[in-house]
Parts: sequence; C-alpha cells; structure tokens
Amino acid sequence: MIRSDAPVLLEIRDLRASVEDQPILKGVSLTIRAGEIHAVMGRNGSGKSTLSKVLAGHPAYRVTGGSVLYRGEDLLALQPEQRARIGLFLGFQYPIEIPGVSNLEFLRVATNARRQEQGSEELDTFAFEDLVRERLQVVQMDPAFLDRSVNEGFSGGEKKRNEILQMALLEPLVAILDETDSGLDIDALRIVAGGVNQLASADNATLLITHYQRLLDVITPDYVHVMAAGRILRTGGKELALELEESGYDWVDAEIERLESTSAQRITAEVG
Amino acid sequence: MVAIPVGELRVSARTTPGQDWLADLLACVPEASSSLMAARQQRARQALAGESLPSRRQEAWRFTDAAALAAIPAHPLTAPDDLASAAALPPAQAAVLRLVLDGRTDPLAGVSLPEGLERLDAGALEPLLGQALSDNGSEASWPVLLNGAVASQVLALRVSQAVSTVLELLCDTAEATGVLGLRLLLVLEPGAKLELLEVHRARGASCTSVVLEAQLGRGARLRHGLLGQGPAQQAGDDGEIGSAQAAPVLLHHLVAVQEAGSELELISAVSGWGLVRLEPQVVQRSGAAFTRLRGLQRVDGRQVADTHSRVLFAGPDGRLDQVHKALADGAGRSVFNGAVIVPRQAQRTDASQLSRSLLLSDRARIDTKPELEIVADDVRCAHGATVSRLQQDELFYLQSRGIAAGQAQRLLLRGFCEEVLADLPAAASVWQPLANLMGESPAP
Repeated sequence: MIRSDAPVLLEIRDLRASVEDQPILKGVSLTIRAGEIHAVMGRNGSGKSTLSKVLAGHPAYRVTGGSVLYRGEDLLALQPEQRARIGLFLGFQYPIEIPGVSNLEFLRVATNARRQEQGSEELDTFAFEDLVRERLQVVQMDPAFLDRSVNEGFSGGEKKRNEILQMALLEPLVAILDETDSGLDIDALRIVAGGVNQLASADNATLLITHYQRLLDVITPDYVHVMAAGRILRTGGKELALELEESGYDWVDAEIERLESTSAQRITAEVG
Repeated sequence: MVAIPVGELRVSARTTPGQDWLADLLACVPEASSSLMAARQQRARQALAGESLPSRRQEAWRFTDAAALAAIPAHPLTAPDDLASAAALPPAQAAVLRLVLDGRTDPLAGVSLPEGLERLDAGALEPLLGQALSDNGSEASWPVLLNGAVASQVLALRVSQAVSTVLELLCDTAEATGVLGLRLLLVLEPGAKLELLEVHRARGASCTSVVLEAQLGRGARLRHGLLGQGPAQQAGDDGEIGSAQAAPVLLHHLVAVQEAGSELELISAVSGWGLVRLEPQVVQRSGAAFTRLRGLQRVDGRQVADTHSRVLFAGPDGRLDQVHKALADGAGRSVFNGAVIVPRQAQRTDASQLSRSLLLSDRARIDTKPELEIVADDVRCAHGATVSRLQQDELFYLQSRGIAAGQAQRLLLRGFCEEVLADLPAAASVWQPLANLMGESPAP
C-alpha cells in the first residue's frame, strides 16, 4: 500500500559495505514508508543478502560509507540487539540451530526484550505461553516445536515457519525477509507467505529479498528493486518482477558493464 | 600412627617435595580397623614408598599438572564429627536414599535399605573387592594406590533386582582440610537395575580420592550421575581465583565391568575444583554390552579438569556412545583423553566418541585426545573432536532477536551444558547442576 504521506520508516542513502575488505555494497539507496512492501531481486552475489545483514548489524560486515536512518535515528550506530528491540527484524535465509536452548525460552526472552523497549510489561512463562499459542496459528505450527531446541532438527520449512513465528511475536515495524521462500515446497510457501500477509499492516513495512517471482505471486509488492553488483539498478512496480521472470537477468549484465565502464572513465578523468 | 618404613625416605637429602608430601601423608594415616582394609592399605603403602606425585613426564599425566595436590595438607582429612550437618545440604527428594560418606563413620548405620539393596558382608567382599580393578589392570595406577593407602573402610552393596529408590552417595568435606579416601563397590546381579547419584563437594584445602568398582551382571542396568561441585565462584576471567588458598582436589577412579546385555550410563558434571581428575574406565568383559558416557567439565581461574576415559571391548558386538564436553575460561586448563580399545576378538563393535570443547578465554587451554586402538577389522568406530569459541553466527542470531550479547553468550553456554545435564538422574536437580556449573549459585 503506497501512501506518499505515510511516515518514512527506513531511509538508506548510498550505503557501502565490505566483508574482509571486499566491497560488496557499492552505494545502495532505498526509502521505505509505513504500509509498503518492497521486493529486492537479483542473482546470487548481487549483494541482496549482504544488504539484509548490514541492516541487521552482522559483525562480519563493515560499513564503509553512506547512512541508514530508522525512523530518523542512525541505525548503524546501534548494536544488533538494539536494532531488534526498536522494531527491525531479519528473517534468516538459514536460521541457526542452537542445541540445548529451548525454543520456547528463546522466544520468550526475545519477546520480552522487545516488550521492555516498548514500555510493555514482561510476560511470565504462563502469559507468554498463551501468547505464543495464539501466534502459532499465524504459521500453522505444531506446538511440539516449542519444546525442542531452537531450530535443531527442524526441516527447512519448519525453520522458516519458526522465523515467521518470531516475527509474529516481535511485531517489528520493518521486517526484512531474506530468501524466506528458499527451500520451501509450494504448501509451505503458501503458509509462510500467508503469515507474512497477515502481519503486514498500514503501520509496518516489509522488505522481501528473493530470487524468484513465485514468492511475489503470493505476496504482492508495491515496489520491486533489481540489484546487481552491489547497487540497485532499477526500481519499478510488481510488473518489473514479471518482466524479469520473462526476460531474465541478461540485460542486467549489459547495464553493469555500462556502469562499470562509465565509473572507470570517470576515475580516469579524475586522475587525469 | 602406623609403623611403615618411610622414615629413611624423609631424611634423605635427595627427596623431592612430591615425595615428601606423599611420605608425610603415609606416615600419619591411621591403620584401618578391619583386617581386610588394613592388608590392602599395607600393600598400597608399600607400592607407594619412595614414589612421588604424578609428574608430567608420565604419559597419563602429560597435560595435567598435579601440583595442586602438593598444596593440600598432607594428613588425613580433619573434620568435625558431623560433617554432613556442618555443610548446609538440601534435603533429599522423596524416593531418594541418601548415604553420607565421610570415610570414618558407617554410612549404613541406622539406615534401612530398600528391597533389592543389601550390604555385602566381609566374607562375600573379600574375593570381590579389587576384582574389577584387576580386570581393568589399573590396580597399580597412582590414584588407585593413593586411595588404597588412605581409605580405611569400604561401602559395598549388592543390587539383586530393580531398585526403585535412587541411591544418593554424598560426600561434602565443607571447609575440612587433608586427604580423604572413599572406597566403593557395587555388585549388580543379572537383571538388577539401579539409579545412582554420586555427589562430591568441597570448599577447603582437601583432596577427595574415590575408587568405585561396579560389576554389572548380564542384563543389569546402572545409571550413574556424578556431580563434582567445587567452591562456587564468580564466573569471569580472573586468573587469580583459588590462588589465595589451596583449592580442593577430586580424584575419581571408576571401573565398571560389564557382562553381556548390561547397560551402563555415566553422566558426569564437574567444576570449581583446583584439580579434578576423572578416570571412568569400562571393561565389556565379553562384549555385547552398551556403554553410554556423557561428561561435562568447566574450568576457570587456574583450575585444572582432566578426564581420562577408557573403554575396553573384550568381546564382540559391544556398543559405546560417548560425548565429552568442556568449557575453559580464565587461565583454566581442560584435558580429555578418551581411549577406546578394540582388540581382534571385538568384531562388530559399534563405538562413537565425540569431544566438544569451548574455549572462552585467550589464556585458557584445552587438550583433547581421542586414543583409538583398533585391531578388529569389522567395526564401526567414529570419533571427532572440536575446539572452538562461541560461534559468531549463533550469537548474532540471538542478538538479532533483541537478546544482549552477554545474555546471548550465557544462553549459548547454558545450552551447551544442558545437552549433558539433561541426562542426569532427576534426583540431581536439588544440587542445581546448571547454576552450579555456570557459577550462578552461592557457595555450596
């Protein structure tokens, strides 16, 4: 839902980031307002997963330039946990297994950290159990998964459901879902996407990072961005995703080549 | 004081501090009142005459500094008469029989044993005591000799059927100083079943030496939880912990001899000792038995924790499932040596051993060594050892859910420990094994 007067939740300006001194993001700019659903598409290695991890504060990535404002606040100055507490959520492409830590306990500690930030009272084990059972319905998840260790031995689909369950409990304002559709069969995809749709509202925003059109068949984006070589090359509406599905990414290569050569010329010009 | 020929050792100018310590100790251990134990004491003392403390030149002690022992006063444990009441102990749960061990008084005095559990009388004891040690070939090892020289009584029990009561053996030396020897023997008859919880605690400059022999008849099942809770301390990176006063030592030698069809499960969790050395050793006498070993040890400060396990398959079709975990913080040192011996007759042995260690400080050290001797050709023996720090990805995952770095680290460590502690007998919960291991509970 696009409303030009909706408040800006996330404003990314010329964001640059490296991992092990290898530049991955080379100037990403993106503005996300409340109520919007954005999709970032691109091939492997285009930098789209890096974008999600940089926003969430993964320590392996170093921001080398640009800025990110979250509701006007400097997001990059915050620790990962603080970003989560104020309402940023990253759904992992590969959710981490944590043996020995009960899923229920993990969900409760995370939910209370967010609630505390919002000035709500912390939930004791009983109150939390009620809440979590209600939220389980969002992703049609078996309560038995609450008693197991975090993600341990979960199938790919169960892990993704567990991610969306966390999103349902944490009620983020900006949810970044990194390849949430990967590894899902069509039924699981519908359940997970259904969960995302239920949680989307006029007050929050979703950034979907995906390879494929099929996720966008079930979650309709307001904007589609095509990423390549660490930049957003093109932005359009949902029809851009369909166009990509038909024409593939070949045009992207031509575009990148053109961009790289102009920047090379520019550098030569500057040096000269 | 007993007359044993150690005087000349003490006057020799060439003695080492370790020899002096041992000689001083042997010179002042009172003779056991029973002839059975007195004879054994005598033999052990003779074997130890002129010996020193274990040294790092010996392969079995290569990574383990036994110096902490020399800091323990070289005399028998001196403690108030009523040790148990001196240490504020949690009450035992229902369906748990607690026997308090102090090495002097009879732990069975005034106790009515549940059905299926009885004391072995002296006549039955004579041929059985030491048999497992001899089957295992460890009767002349240093910790066994030390125990033999010091222990003056033995707690020997026969288990004749499935016992529904959990047997808790508790030794808490509290602030007492000196050396205590505990000798234990369990004979599980064919088909018998027992859940055993053994708890050792100490705060003073003491050494608790335990030798436990267990014989598991055909189809017998023993589930054994072993808790070694040294003084609680603030978990941290302080290398000076324990330096002001000698920290307690626990030496624990367990030999289980398993007949075919028997099942042994040993779950151990130790932390807080200046030095703890666990030697769980299993002989599957004719193979075809099941052994499950779970160990967890944590060191901090300058503590040393060492597990030397050994499983011998003396027949075919035996199974072993072993996981050993270690946490090393501060300037602590953790050692694991896991021997698995599969001779030619042990065909179709199925053994797996995994050692997982977490290094939590730059000054801590972990030595882990699987030691597989496999001669039989038709066997499955899997082994693996990992030493790592906390995984950045695991920490980040928790942080990305709003959990602060410190709390995320604690959660991960608790999870690491829980994987072992969850297998302890339920009766262990009164000892708060997790909180104790994480250094979160007040002093025992």
